[in-house]
Amino acid sequence: MADAAAVDHGHRTGTGLSNNKLLMWVFLGSECLLFGGLISTYLIYRSRYADGPAPGDIFDIPFTSVSSFILLMSSLTMVLSLSALQRGDIRNNRVWLLATALLGSLFIGGQVYEFTTFLREGLGYTTSPFSSAFFTLTGFHGIHVSLGIVMLVSLLIASFRGTLTKERSETVEIVGLYWHFVDVVWIFIFTVIYLVPSPTS
Amino acid sequence: MSDTIELAAPGRPLGAYTRPKGGSGWRDWITTVDHKKIGILYGATAMFFFGVGGLEALLMRLQLATPDGTVLGADTYNRVFTMHGLTMVFMVIMPLAAAFANYLLPLQIGARDVAFPRLNALSYWVFLAGGLFLNMSWLLGDAPDGGWFAYAPNTGVIFSPGHGMDYYVLGLLIMGIASLVSAMNLIVTVLNMRTPGMTLFKMPVMTWMILVVQFLLLFAVPVITVALFLLMFDRNYGANFFNPEMGADPLLWQHLFWIFGHPEVYILILPSFGIISEVIPTFSRKPLFGYPFMVFSGIAIGFMGWGVWAHHMFVSGIGPISVAAFSMSTMFIAVPTGVKILNWLATMWGGKIKFTVAMLFAFGVVSMFTIGGLSGVTHSVAPADTQQTDTYYIVAHFHYVIFGGSLLGIFAGFYFWWPKVFGHLLSEKLGKWNFWLMLIGFNMTFGPMHILGLQGMSRRIDSYSPGFGFEFWNMFASIGSFIIALGVLMFVINVITSARRARHEPPVGPDPWDARSLEWFTPNPTPVHNFDELIQVDSLDEFWHRKYAEDENGRVVRVATAEEVCQDGSATDVHLPSPSYWPFVLAAGFPFVGFGLIYTLWICIPGALLILMAIYGWIFEPTDDPDGPHGHHAEDSSDHDGAEAPSEVVGETAEEAPVG
Amino acid sequence: MNTTTQNVEAHEGGHDHPTDAKYIRVAIVLGIVTALEVATYFVNIPGAILIPVLLGMMVFKFFYVAAWFMHLRFDSPMFTKFFVTGLVLATLVYGVLLTVFEFWTKG
Repeated sequence: MADAAAVDHGHRTGTGLSNNKLLMWVFLGSECLLFGGLISTYLIYRSRYADGPAPGDIFDIPFTSVSSFILLMSSLTMVLSLSALQRGDIRNNRVWLLATALLGSLFIGGQVYEFTTFLREGLGYTTSPFSSAFFTLTGFHGIHVSLGIVMLVSLLIASFRGTLTKERSETVEIVGLYWHFVDVVWIFIFTVIYLVPSPTS
Repeated sequence: MSDTIELAAPGRPLGAYTRPKGGSGWRDWITTVDHKKIGILYGATAMFFFGVGGLEALLMRLQLATPDGTVLGADTYNRVFTMHGLTMVFMVIMPLAAAFANYLLPLQIGARDVAFPRLNALSYWVFLAGGLFLNMSWLLGDAPDGGWFAYAPNTGVIFSPGHGMDYYVLGLLIMGIASLVSAMNLIVTVLNMRTPGMTLFKMPVMTWMILVVQFLLLFAVPVITVALFLLMFDRNYGANFFNPEMGADPLLWQHLFWIFGHPEVYILILPSFGIISEVIPTFSRKPLFGYPFMVFSGIAIGFMGWGVWAHHMFVSGIGPISVAAFSMSTMFIAVPTGVKILNWLATMWGGKIKFTVAMLFAFGVVSMFTIGGLSGVTHSVAPADTQQTDTYYIVAHFHYVIFGGSLLGIFAGFYFWWPKVFGHLLSEKLGKWNFWLMLIGFNMTFGPMHILGLQGMSRRIDSYSPGFGFEFWNMFASIGSFIIALGVLMFVINVITSARRARHEPPVGPDPWDARSLEWFTPNPTPVHNFDELIQVDSLDEFWHRKYAEDENGRVVRVATAEEVCQDGSATDVHLPSPSYWPFVLAAGFPFVGFGLIYTLWICIPGALLILMAIYGWIFEPTDDPDGPHGHHAEDSSDHDGAEAPSEVVGETAEEAPVG
Repeated sequence: MNTTTQNVEAHEGGHDHPTDAKYIRVAIVLGIVTALEVATYFVNIPGAILIPVLLGMMVFKFFYVAAWFMHLRFDSPMFTKFFVTGLVLATLVYGVLLTVFEFWTKG
């Protein structure tokens, strides 16, 4: 099996599953409740825009579509980096890790641009319940992405130091799970917050 | 002790840090990753906070003993009652449950430790950091005063302008991290680290209840995390989550809080249910009646607990449809709890009851929780709750279930497992004083509150006026609270004198109670490596079945003594997870960040640095002895906690264990 | 539940990893669906049709990323159970919350 990456052989576990991977999935289960709370708060408050801009007035769907697409593609590069490492292809593992980090950074850059544009257009953090909820939700998501980028860069550094080997591919897999989850949350946010018609003033 | 066990030698590090060797003294405790030591740390810390919360309670009862009390001013009373609730819930009951879970769960599933020993240590140190941080607010003059439930907009910056509620937010956020990490750890542990032969349905009910609690924590802590962040942002950054003037709805806080808060109360009670599910069968000398029902009712409580939260909000204006729906769901949740009570009673029925102190406390749980549960059922009837809510009737209810249920169960656990942890028994004689004083004092304090509540005495206020007829029962209750304090004092005296006495006596042998589950295989106190060799489990109550069998008439006969069945703890060369500084260092960063967010952001910087340094130190420290017997571990820079289950060294250990 | 411990396999659930080509095909499908989603912004579609369609596409993308990129399709069902439990619980609980706030009718 060219792609067999024996990480923890010899460690018997009750389920046959690796402790670390199970830990990440357990964590992702809890994150659903975190983002669910923030999303619900947003949905409850999206029509309460006080004297400020309403969501329908201010969202720039074409722009956000591009950044959403970028994040989606970063999931592809993430899985390609894992697949490369599972084959023992260290070089491409690095290439795709770097690509993922870059695409993620591009996404964050897009978020920053979007936020500053909104600010200029009169939607600040304190403008209304809608604005607070919007920035908090997307802000939390952005922090998650940023932490993911930190993890990706750490993996890259490890790779250049020679310690991110085929045997350790599970580590990349686990970081990948986190990264895909963050992408999946954005899939949800993009549809429910941006695409579903919003109140206008 | 540690000198008979070879701990992993520090491996060659990638960074500048080696793994500390185990040792003795304070360094041992700070760097320990041993689930047993961590359990003891949780227990001792929680009992310290129990004293703090108890003092807060006594102050409240002094204030309320007479009408128009002058012991505490209104502001101070608000702080005291807020901190009493926060302390008892988050710094006493939850960590006491964690103490039992940490110490016993790995033993009950036949493992040597949890799946992630360093994360386990982290949970404790972060809990301690959060608890101390929150209590620092007393010293800095600004303890939170909005009640443990912190309803907005009262807790917003307009009506709570000081820092008190910021301590609340940050203290709970920090402690929430501890709980979440612990929940993830224990879930993976139960799934992955069970000894051979132990299917999920051969685990003790206590293990099951703890597992359900971890799932509740896993999913509930994020919800209160959201609520706390929203409150923090409102208070500190001008957000508009709970500001009615900007169109926000303060009820959002209540919903988010209670979506967490209701599962939280099941988090508080299920560990005690688990404890008495072990104590009662042991001292009835009968297996637990209806094991599958006990397991499934626990799981059912876990599920159903998510659907009842707004029963805390019946009079908040959510409307009749919501009220009716939550009223019904709340009535339904009484069913699985009732199933448990019936099963405990059925276990005792026809059994040969031994009235040890542990069993007395277990009786206490069954009876007191039933009372509390019955008042709970009356709350579920929404029209009746309209009268009951915000009165002392509610205070009576939740003290009956939390004190009468959770706390008495924990004391049952103390008396039951004390020999396992410390190697000697607590005095049964003093224990009986402990129990009866606590039980009588408790009923004196909280029983009359049902009456006071129905007579109309408000809760959450610092005093009551004369002439309403509240005087007698309040005085009665206040006297009762001091009797509780006496009872607790008996416990403290028991702990101290039993330890002293134990120095002159031979250690208690294995299995002092003729018990049923795996933790009793080890000698008392438990050796650092837990089991000499891993146990192959063939049945529920495996330990019992090694000692007893049924003869041809179906009667239970003893086939082996405890000495024959139990291990002698003499195994050497057991590979254990290495100690580590980093959990402690990581946890130490949090209070700095908290103080920084409250006072000045500069203080955040050392906190953030500590946290970052600890994370990378953790990642880069060698996972264990790289030459250890369980496979290759190159020094790794992976970002996972690399302590794998040492259980696979069974083979080596069994061969090396001295015979006899 | 497994009653005996098992060696952690190199890849739980077998060794049928998708090839890179397969991943890219999945990504292309996801890209197309995204394009369709965005297209709805430019076309006037009544809300009663638009919202279910958008949600349907969202679920489709969600499922594909989880099943293929997160490897759930090939891995032990236990991982899926954890994830789905969190998702379902969040959906139910927050769904009730939104109902109490009359989101579906007034939101």
